[in-house]
Amino acid sequence: MLPHEALKNALEKSEESALVAFLTAGYPEPKNFLNVLYDVSEAADAVEIGVPFSDPMADGVTIQRSSQAAIEHGVSLSWILDQLGSRTIKSNTPLLLMSYLNPLLAFGFDDLASRALQVGVSGFIIPDLPYEESMLLKTSLDKVGIALIQLVTPATPSIRLNEICQASQGFVYAVTRTGITGSATQFPADLADYLAAVKEAAKVPVCAGFGVRKSEQVRMISRHADGVIVGSALVEALERGENPGEFLRNLRP
Amino acid sequence: MIRPNEEINEKKLLRALVDGKLPDASGRFGPFGGRYVPETLMPAIERLTEGVHRLLPDESFNHKLTSQLKEWVGRPTALTHAARLSKAWGADVWFKREDLAHTGAHKINNAIGQALLAKELGATRIVAETGAGQHGVASAAACARVGLPCVVYMGELDIQRQSPNVDRMKRLGANVVSVNSGDRTLRAAIDEAIRDWVSDPVDTYYLLGSAVGPHPYPFLVRELQAVIGREARSQLETHGGLPDAVFACVGGGSNAIGLFHGFLGEENISLIGVEAGGRGDDLGDHSATLGSGRPGVLHGAYSLLLYDDHGQIQETHSVSAGLDYPGVGPEHALLKLVGRVKYVTAKDSEALDALQECCELEGILPALETAHAIAGARHWASTNQGARILIGLSGRGDKDMPILSQYPIKTNDTEGAENAAA
Repeated sequence: MLPHEALKNALEKSEESALVAFLTAGYPEPKNFLNVLYDVSEAADAVEIGVPFSDPMADGVTIQRSSQAAIEHGVSLSWILDQLGSRTIKSNTPLLLMSYLNPLLAFGFDDLASRALQVGVSGFIIPDLPYEESMLLKTSLDKVGIALIQLVTPATPSIRLNEICQASQGFVYAVTRTGITGSATQFPADLADYLAAVKEAAKVPVCAGFGVRKSEQVRMISRHADGVIVGSALVEALERGENPGEFLRNLRP
Repeated sequence: MIRPNEEINEKKLLRALVDGKLPDASGRFGPFGGRYVPETLMPAIERLTEGVHRLLPDESFNHKLTSQLKEWVGRPTALTHAARLSKAWGADVWFKREDLAHTGAHKINNAIGQALLAKELGATRIVAETGAGQHGVASAAACARVGLPCVVYMGELDIQRQSPNVDRMKRLGANVVSVNSGDRTLRAAIDEAIRDWVSDPVDTYYLLGSAVGPHPYPFLVRELQAVIGREARSQLETHGGLPDAVFACVGGGSNAIGLFHGFLGEENISLIGVEAGGRGDDLGDHSATLGSGRPGVLHGAYSLLLYDDHGQIQETHSVSAGLDYPGVGPEHALLKLVGRVKYVTAKDSEALDALQECCELEGILPALETAHAIAGARHWASTNQGARILIGLSGRGDKDMPILSQYPIKTNDTEGAENAAA
């Protein structure tokens, strides 16, 4: 089974709504990365590993802070790939890399695709790579069957939404509101209609997130989507030194 | 993007550029440019692109813009013969005086154009970023002129080194927000302005100050700054003819692209962009993106960039806040690729010397950014005696007084020697 199919299946098989967790790689402590990743993997249905970038223009203060600290501790894309390659105990939960484009460009798309396959990465999410610009990277990822997950937002017009949903592999990332990661806690009033439209257009599961912090929100979104994405809130829990597995299990409805 | 093993037809690309066919429909200047922005912004960018293509050629919009440029900005700006500098350098030196434009730099050409555009497109608020503060001041003034509220993001370090401009922006009614994330300079200010725009892409208009960013900004800013090159060309034609060489400083590259566009088709005219060589050649000590950058993506465009082996954008250094930026407009990246423009550097110390010489010989205090162009021209003139040189005098240096106070005025040695002899 190709990695993008395995990702799709993992999100579909979850009986309840799936939980997709985001963490910044190597934050707060690079030496704990694989342990934290394992704990998070055991509590989530898929894990997004954030590759820190110097200019995270779609991110709020939490992920800006965690990215900056990770870079200062020497975390980079090649370090992350090496860490993943060195794992002795692996969870079956699919792993995704979430990265801005420039670190991927610096690595080289073809080399990245083969290395990512080798170390067990199932997909990529790239916040500054809109659908129109994604063909070159997609060509490299298609050679190894790794998913390029596309994003849609409440501002995406319907024709465009259909096109993007058709092209997305693994799942569709439905951003729940305009804005940056982690900030507001209110969702738009027409969230249900929006997510229904995304589900209608998508061939793969729809996971929704941006600003999800509380279990009531997880419950509310899971009524309309196949999965819920939790990012900044988990990063903050890690900052506070909480057990990430427990934090995620408490969020589940 | 540059694909592996891709053949680049330099002549064809230059022809297309001169013929006005670039950027293409996808917003590319050859391999450079494009739109690398979060999906949230794509509909806003589409609307802006549509608006730009509809309004820039529109007669009534042009009438509004031209009358603002004439009555409020003070265009056309003067062409000044720099007689004493000419004598000192052994060349025939001319200045295109953007320092005489309202608010003291070329930035106003773009700011008023985009403010009018924002108004036409129904925006209810404007956000802008600023480095040296010139674009911030121009945006604040333009927003006051058209009646729109304005928020200016400015790096904490830049706020310290360009304090006169901060007070001007506030006086002009702008809300100046200090950015203390990232590198705390222009780059972080752009990140923060984009974050603001992502949060409200429908009602907010992002008034980007340089020829950088996602399409259509590099095109829009070039079109609004091209007035510099058009005027300079026609002024020179009535003052003895076209130049042998044209110099402009390059940070993001908006004044340079505007000036160069007037002369792009004349292949016998050398076009030379001067970047900030800072205090040395090591990564982090300069801002010479075209000189030593690699292709990459920052702030929405694929262009040349300064980044490390892991793709992290590098901090830059320049004595001038307006050139202190690790990226550059995609059209400059193409002009370098096809060899039409030569990009050189001037160090902090060379810029400071050139600034002082311009003050003493011409009675003009140029901005520190502009001083880089003068330093580059001075160096070139030393091996091109008698050449006719046009320098884009992009802005005035009043804003730089806090920095200049750290560099005491060097005593004039010649005069000292003369006095001693007398």
